Amino acid sequence: MLDLSYDLPKVKTIAGAKHDWELVIGMEVHAQVSSNSKLFSGASTLFGAEANSNVAFVDAGMPGMLPVINEFCVEQAVRTGLGLKAQINLTSAFDRKNYFYPDLPQGYQISQLYHPIVGEGEVLVEMGAGSAKEAPTARLVRIERIHLEQDAGKSIHDMDPAMSFVDLNRTGVALMEIVSRPDIRGPEEAAAYLGKLRQILRYLGTCDGNMQSGSMRADVNVSICLPGAYEKYQETQDFSHLGTRCEIKNMNSMRFIQAAIEVEARRQIAIVEAGGSVEQETRLYDPDKNETRSMRSKEEAHDYRYFPDPDLLPLEIEQSWVDAIEASLPELPDAKKARFMSDFGLSDYDASVLTAETADAVYFEAVAEAAGDGKLAANWVINELFGRLKKDDAGIADSPVSPAQLAGIIALIKADEISGKIAKDLFEIVYTEGGDPAEIVAARGMKQVTDTGAIEQAVDDIIAANPAQVEKAQQNPKLAGWFVGQVMKATGGKANPAVVNQIVAKKLAG
Amino acid sequence: MSIDIETARKVAKLARIAVPEERLPALAGEFNAILGFIEQLNEVDVEGVEPMVSVTPMRLPRRVDVVTDGSQQEAVLANAPDAREGFFAVPKVVE
Repeated sequence: MLDLSYDLPKVKTIAGAKHDWELVIGMEVHAQVSSNSKLFSGASTLFGAEANSNVAFVDAGMPGMLPVINEFCVEQAVRTGLGLKAQINLTSAFDRKNYFYPDLPQGYQISQLYHPIVGEGEVLVEMGAGSAKEAPTARLVRIERIHLEQDAGKSIHDMDPAMSFVDLNRTGVALMEIVSRPDIRGPEEAAAYLGKLRQILRYLGTCDGNMQSGSMRADVNVSICLPGAYEKYQETQDFSHLGTRCEIKNMNSMRFIQAAIEVEARRQIAIVEAGGSVEQETRLYDPDKNETRSMRSKEEAHDYRYFPDPDLLPLEIEQSWVDAIEASLPELPDAKKARFMSDFGLSDYDASVLTAETADAVYFEAVAEAAGDGKLAANWVINELFGRLKKDDAGIADSPVSPAQLAGIIALIKADEISGKIAKDLFEIVYTEGGDPAEIVAARGMKQVTDTGAIEQAVDDIIAANPAQVEKAQQNPKLAGWFVGQVMKATGGKANPAVVNQIVAKKLAG
Repeated sequence: MSIDIETARKVAKLARIAVPEERLPALAGEFNAILGFIEQLNEVDVEGVEPMVSVTPMRLPRRVDVVTDGSQQEAVLANAPDAREGFFAVPKVVE
């Protein structure tokens, strides 16, 4: 369903002392699997619970405790892989990644280094569809793999000057690590990639995508290269054409990710242009200083001594099970957007806005079908409803206007029962007071006046009361608009503007 | 494969085991003896033999996604050298 007719987005370049530099970015996104219990224990995954209350002895690394895999977490990883059009590995295995940290009581993280559950896939990242004016561009970012692993606990450093406080509630919660190829070419693309991934995961229901609570976090690999070098890499898949990369760890803000990439690229350019060479290392972004700095203390600990986890047999799944999961996949963003464009005649921009979230798309589709007009429905949902909800800081789920009510308003416009201006008033009434749009229009006398007699009377009154304006308008027909405005005012906006225009023109001429 | 004193020191550090400097040569020697013993396995021809992961023909046991554990803060913290307000309290570790 991929629409590859998009042009490629422009590669981000940064001007150096002698020439431009290009950026090459790969991302490792950690997405928390939506599940009730943890990957290898029966403790709850609920966020925000009292410290250490969602902890099983397995999570606390107590001696003799054995991990038992949560089948639903496996299903969620498979579903995610299918959603990213990826290869599903029917046999995968778990390895231990060994390191010491207070929030990792086992002394190792159970992960999948050698045999991940999901192989190569892809994500179509659209750019520029964020505004109605720009022509959309898109890049197909390749996914290298997705593996299942345990999350670590949480350390809190600011509760005591001399101590760190450790909460193991998050320890052992299932994560999917989604690893991209270095196909991302700028800070904005990196943010758009993360946004698209988040959208797909939310459609699939495999991750809630809540970045603030840490459900999605990204490690970003950044390197720089000369123009032309990246194309050589793509031809040969030989990394020697690219610069040495640095990994910026653990970011959960789109804004900071973009800032970090930019500042890290500039740091690398300065090093190379001064004749030095970039050292491959792990860095942290400091948003207060807008700089990245080395996590040197982590370097030695990076000898993780991976080995197959002897507590866990290989994970074998059946093709029939994978097929059943595939059959249950919802319509995904790319397909939904393409369908909205072809079935309802929507623009790329409108279709993007309306498919951002499943709930938005479902709402729009209900309105469009009931009103029998996709374009009008799109205008009303995007401009009026979303605008009004935003004012209240509310989401579509909180909308006091149901799709049937909104379709009712649109039906009244289409039937010429109410004018566009009155429709907006009507919308506000339905939004704040509720009720059936047609009944409100009847009860409150909001019906559009198309009765030419009544309109003629109103026009005559205005003309009679404003002889000076009439004279000016007769010399300059552009001033007729003033009369139209006065008539609309006098009729409380209920007069049909087209009819008013016509009558005003005729009377002024006449 | 041969383990020198430097490697022995690194392995000890990664395992967070304090090994006095004078014990390192002996430790490296022990590592070498163990690795030498295991290296004998390389003499066996396993070409085309599927790796054995278990001695019993067992499928990885699975669990359904329900909450069956937790809500035992006191028990979880029982062995902690220091615990405050429901947290493990450890010497400050900050990057």
